[in-house]
Amino acid sequence: MLGLERKDTYLMLAVAFITLFAPIILNPFPAGSALAQFNAGYPDLMQRFVIFGIFAIGFNILFGLTGYLSFGHAAFLGIGSYSAVWMFKLLSMNVIPAILLSIVMAGLFALVIGFVSLRRSGIYFSILTLAFAQMSYNLAYSVLTPVTNGETGLQISLNDPRILDGPSNGGLPVTSLFGAEMRDSTTLFVGPWSWDFSVGYYVCAALMLLAFYLSVRIFRSPFGMMLRAVKSNQQRMNYTGLNTRPYTLAAFVISGMYAGLAGGLLAAMDPLAGADRMQWTASGEVVLMTILGGAGTLIGPVLGAGFIKYFENIFSKINDGILHQWFAFMPDGLENVMVTLIHPFIGKGWHLTLGIMFMLVVIFLPGGLVEGAQRTGRLFRRRDRNAGHVESDAARQRAAAE
Amino acid sequence: MGILEVKGVNKRFGGLQALGDVNLSVKENSVHAIIGPNGAGKSTLLNCLVGKLIPDSGSVMFDGKSVLGRKPHEINQMGISRVFQTPEIFGDLSVLENVMIPCFARRDGAFRLHAYETVRKEADIREQAEAMLEDVDMLDKRHMTASSLSRGDKRRLEMAMCLVQAPKLLLLDEPTAGMARADTNNTIDLLKEIKAKRDITMCIIEHDMHVVFSLAERITVLAQGTPLVEETPENIKGHPKVREAYLGEAQV
Repeated sequence: MLGLERKDTYLMLAVAFITLFAPIILNPFPAGSALAQFNAGYPDLMQRFVIFGIFAIGFNILFGLTGYLSFGHAAFLGIGSYSAVWMFKLLSMNVIPAILLSIVMAGLFALVIGFVSLRRSGIYFSILTLAFAQMSYNLAYSVLTPVTNGETGLQISLNDPRILDGPSNGGLPVTSLFGAEMRDSTTLFVGPWSWDFSVGYYVCAALMLLAFYLSVRIFRSPFGMMLRAVKSNQQRMNYTGLNTRPYTLAAFVISGMYAGLAGGLLAAMDPLAGADRMQWTASGEVVLMTILGGAGTLIGPVLGAGFIKYFENIFSKINDGILHQWFAFMPDGLENVMVTLIHPFIGKGWHLTLGIMFMLVVIFLPGGLVEGAQRTGRLFRRRDRNAGHVESDAARQRAAAE
Repeated sequence: MGILEVKGVNKRFGGLQALGDVNLSVKENSVHAIIGPNGAGKSTLLNCLVGKLIPDSGSVMFDGKSVLGRKPHEINQMGISRVFQTPEIFGDLSVLENVMIPCFARRDGAFRLHAYETVRKEADIREQAEAMLEDVDMLDKRHMTASSLSRGDKRRLEMAMCLVQAPKLLLLDEPTAGMARADTNNTIDLLKEIKAKRDITMCIIEHDMHVVFSLAERITVLAQGTPLVEETPENIKGHPKVREAYLGEAQV
């Protein structure tokens, strides 16, 4: 289907299914129940899942395929956001021109930054990209205040021209797609459950599916094969008549455009752009997402993005009060001990939990969560048909090789 | 006129004269060997031919065109392929992919943004690569990861990657270095087979006299960066200058 192999088609369909029904899947607990705080199916968080999914998918095209570790991809995210907000201010609140400009601007910046940074490889490349991103961050924060509105961040206001929309009547206008407002949502009540279907989420989800599809195409293309060859042996590439520079630059620009799209979508969901979006911690985050999920795998980056955003938003919400509720069944002394023990890992301490998980994954599952899933799958398959496992092993190796 | 004409090439590294006025002419469809003791400048000369080093002076003409100042990938596209001392292959990729990449390089040039096509649908490239693997008896290993091959097979794979591009000139940098006798003989047979099957010029840099005398039609002896003699294998064997270069004056 759509020019994909059967295996990739299944993956694509699975991702599409999960994305489309995410509002239901991510809200497994009834609204009023004690476990409702683990529900992630609210529009704001779901948008983050898919937007950072796009960011990580793009990053993976560069890092996963060519092995070039960029430590400055947040710069493109920020450039995307600023471009989108400017489009909202000057042209229209429609998200389409905003997103298009985000992608184009991020692509142009990636072309320049990539052209310079790709003269070096390895750690020097990482440092160069980091330097560019920090420069962008500091410029956005101070010197470029007329463009970026410095510390306050760029926002829309009532006085903006908005050529296509005309003067607004009353309050601040909202972002929309041909009249469908991004913040609009319908809530569906089924028994004790409630599910939010938001316009903004579905716009992001549709673009994420498109982004994912394109990344699958790139992975399976001759171009993708060349990028893996770059990672494997640049010397042989050159002596085979292939120029590695345009290949790596193209990968860099493509992944920069993905980041621009993600930045544009962030602004489309909430028309605000701040310099913080470009800071090096944001660049580090996408590295973590990609490695945690599985660099070089198709679905890994999306998993990693979802995982980190879930921790950031859900684990950080759990506080001591909630812990006391959970352990209320224990004798008082023991309850307090348990709460004290778990306290550093929750609330503001969610980074600690994430850090430990990241270490465990890197040490025991170098292939990320995807490798974990594969190993688990293999374990079950082996138990199912003990006799046939030799053949299935061989088949898997063949499949892996192809 | 040979297919490869090297004239008056000099290369200095600081105070060391690595190559001094090297002249070399390799005839089309011949097997030419360059031999010489350690430090004679064999590898430097080879690196000047493939664009890795640029000579200080002199000219290197291939097929009537100068290669000087061109990058390695451009020189490869002119028709020169190179086999390395330790096989350089794409270790993370499958054997088949390793051979498909040079096919793509021949068909699409040094760069093409074929990001929306599918490797699976490139039946021509695949067939071409499989035919090449069949030729070097590696078709049954096509789905293996290249890094898991034995050393001998890595060498075969690298040869296949070079030959599938149908180069006019194949440069071999000590193709049997560090090999056991049996492997060396296999490599000699492989090279003889390759030569018998197609029109190709080979230029071999080698240490091992056994290899050189089994394959070469012409031999150039290099010592201290300068060619001493260029002769047929028969005439090289007892040549006093060669003995001198290899064994030292005292023992002549």
